[in-house]
Amino acid sequence: MADVIEVGAARDDAPPPPGRTRRRSVTERGNRATPYLFLAPYLVLFGAFGLAPILFGVWISLHQWDLQLPNRPFIGLGNYRDLFSSDSAIYGDWWSSVRATGTFTLLSVPLLVVIPLGLALLLNEKFPGRTFFRAAFFAPYVLGVAVIGLLWRFLLDANLGLVNLLLGAVGLPSDTPWVTDVPWAWVSLVGVTVWWTSGFNAVIYLAGLQDIAPELYEAAQVDGAGRWDRFRHVTIPGLRPVMLFVLTTTILASANVFGQALLITQGAPGEQTRTVVWRIVDEGLRDYDAGRAAAMSVFFALMLAVVSVVNFRLFRYRED
Amino acid sequence: MIQNEMSRRRLLGLGVGLGAVASLTLAGCGGGSSSPDRAGSAGNGGKDYTGPKVDLKLWNGFTGGDGDIFKALVQQFNSEHQNIAVSVVTYEWADYYSKLPGAVSSGNGPDIAVMHMDQLATFAARGTISELDDVAKNLELSEGDFAPTVWKGGLYHEKRYGIPLDMHPLGFYYNKAVMQKAGLDPNKPPTTRDEYTAALTELKKSGVQGFWVSPFQFTGGMTFYSLLHQWGGKLFDDEVAKATFNSDPAVEACTWLVDMIKQGHSPANVGQDADYLAFKSGKNAFTWNGIWQINDLKKSPNVQWGVAPLPQIGSQQAAWANSHNFTIVKQRAANENKVSGAKVFINWLSQHSLDWAKGGQVPARKTVRESGEFKALTEVNALAPELEYAAFPPATPGLGEVVLTFYNAFNEAALNKKSPKQALDDGVAKANKQLEDNRKKYGN
Repeated sequence: MADVIEVGAARDDAPPPPGRTRRRSVTERGNRATPYLFLAPYLVLFGAFGLAPILFGVWISLHQWDLQLPNRPFIGLGNYRDLFSSDSAIYGDWWSSVRATGTFTLLSVPLLVVIPLGLALLLNEKFPGRTFFRAAFFAPYVLGVAVIGLLWRFLLDANLGLVNLLLGAVGLPSDTPWVTDVPWAWVSLVGVTVWWTSGFNAVIYLAGLQDIAPELYEAAQVDGAGRWDRFRHVTIPGLRPVMLFVLTTTILASANVFGQALLITQGAPGEQTRTVVWRIVDEGLRDYDAGRAAAMSVFFALMLAVVSVVNFRLFRYRED
Repeated sequence: MIQNEMSRRRLLGLGVGLGAVASLTLAGCGGGSSSPDRAGSAGNGGKDYTGPKVDLKLWNGFTGGDGDIFKALVQQFNSEHQNIAVSVVTYEWADYYSKLPGAVSSGNGPDIAVMHMDQLATFAARGTISELDDVAKNLELSEGDFAPTVWKGGLYHEKRYGIPLDMHPLGFYYNKAVMQKAGLDPNKPPTTRDEYTAALTELKKSGVQGFWVSPFQFTGGMTFYSLLHQWGGKLFDDEVAKATFNSDPAVEACTWLVDMIKQGHSPANVGQDADYLAFKSGKNAFTWNGIWQINDLKKSPNVQWGVAPLPQIGSQQAAWANSHNFTIVKQRAANENKVSGAKVFINWLSQHSLDWAKGGQVPARKTVRESGEFKALTEVNALAPELEYAAFPPATPGLGEVVLTFYNAFNEAALNKKSPKQALDDGVAKANKQLEDNRKKYGN
């Protein structure tokens, strides 16, 4: 605001009214504190429930920390070393869970970025029953993970499930182990997640689509652009900020996968579909080793931070 | 600290009001409340409680039909004891064990906690629960009053931490209708290995895969656990220093079970609960499942079923089992009145465990188990003999995660990802590392 006034004042070529400088300096001094005061309600909450726990988590990760055992020795980077040294008890579990989460993320993110876009494009057209379909595609998202997890576990059961029954009825193999063997378990987990959360991303895309000025489409059409050209040169650039948001949140959500694996595959076969967040929960809350769990969380958060930064860089680069 | 003072002052006020009877207990309160460790010796070990009124919080994980029966028992207790009010909080067992340590260390924990036997050592070593030797002594409870297997399971480092309430073993459920269709006598379930395989062969002839083997802990893993002990194997050596579930008997037991799939007595890739659902719908004849399914099956009048002790497949009888135990939680601010009230409650409920048996569990207390009323509970009573050879996990802190490694090893074998030998070898290698970690952590 101050900048605008100054620019305006300079253009006016009029001398500043007397006393203004003094008043300005007063407001300026006020200004220094004002933004922080306005930020305070959030900053206090963020500090107490965001920043402080993060720092405390880092502190815990440097200890052999158990909520109830009286001695919590400082072990420096010992917990982190355990994650990388092949003779520690958690090395195998940890990296198998990283592999599981990585596999899930790599498989699910492209689908969760592309399919909702297609859905949004279709739902953006004018056709009878549009509102119904918009609601229908969003509907699964309102269900909790426990509901969809149990539902699909029974639907996908290799011997009793409806899916195999229907496949058998149309002459396809009816003994696919959807939830107890790889790669089928991954197909199930990714498929269920896409079904479950596509609606959410589609709604965001839909909002983005409605933000693109119709004049741009008209202008493109006048210039002789076909359907595909309009999509490539109007829709996609117009959606870029939305896509960045969708991509980032989807990567983070997929990397945090837990409930689906816990309920649908239960980690089977062996521990091959046991994910990172599951591992962290087990380590901290089942085995009460908060130190190790914190080290895993910190390391995992750093990995995700790197991915997110790369992600932002990539999109900003394209924008330039 | 302030809270502690406050509550003591409030108690004092109350105590004066109650007069001479209370003064005795108060003397005890003033003397010992500064040291939480002495809380275990409060009261007269649960015979009676005459102090000022106490409110006790009790946590359990009885989320099924057993929860209602438990609550009814607590109500009865409350109405019979004017100066003790017990309130019950119920969580899913998995949440329960992860919530408890945090709640206790922040001072919001319960006074009484129901716990599985295999968790006692962990929580005792972590200082969450207090010793109960005086309860056992003053109530003159001894091994003779309980089944020895259950009674010994409450000990850790020679000290008692849990008063057993019940025992819940794995039982052998058979679908009578399916057996009849295959020409088998539905009232004569197989009891030996030969009878068992003969029955399975008959069932196969009638087009039924008779013994679905689940790869998951519930219930395939527990079936393997039982078989391993039937073959004479053990999960760990006597000092619980090394895992031994890759021994020859263990591999043989695992192979026998996995071969059920290869020989077509079970489909491959049985899902969670699929074995039980198939049993109920007549696609499966036999399932080794927890005693808790009795109540569920009673609600399904269409299923003709029976339950018996596990057949003896190996060289001896053995069955997976666990037991619910009462424990008293150590508080940051000890209140001896609460502790003595809690002991009265534990003793009372233990004596009233016949009603608990109706919830589908075998009572731990011998007098209750041998009463005519318990014998009238046909199905639950059918599994009582298993008490003699029940295979409980050893009392070692932090063993829960190691036992899960055992179940995961079986999962890989049952899903044919590895040979039994390979799966168990790999599991033992990992379990040994976990045991070593636990020794460092708990220092034993």
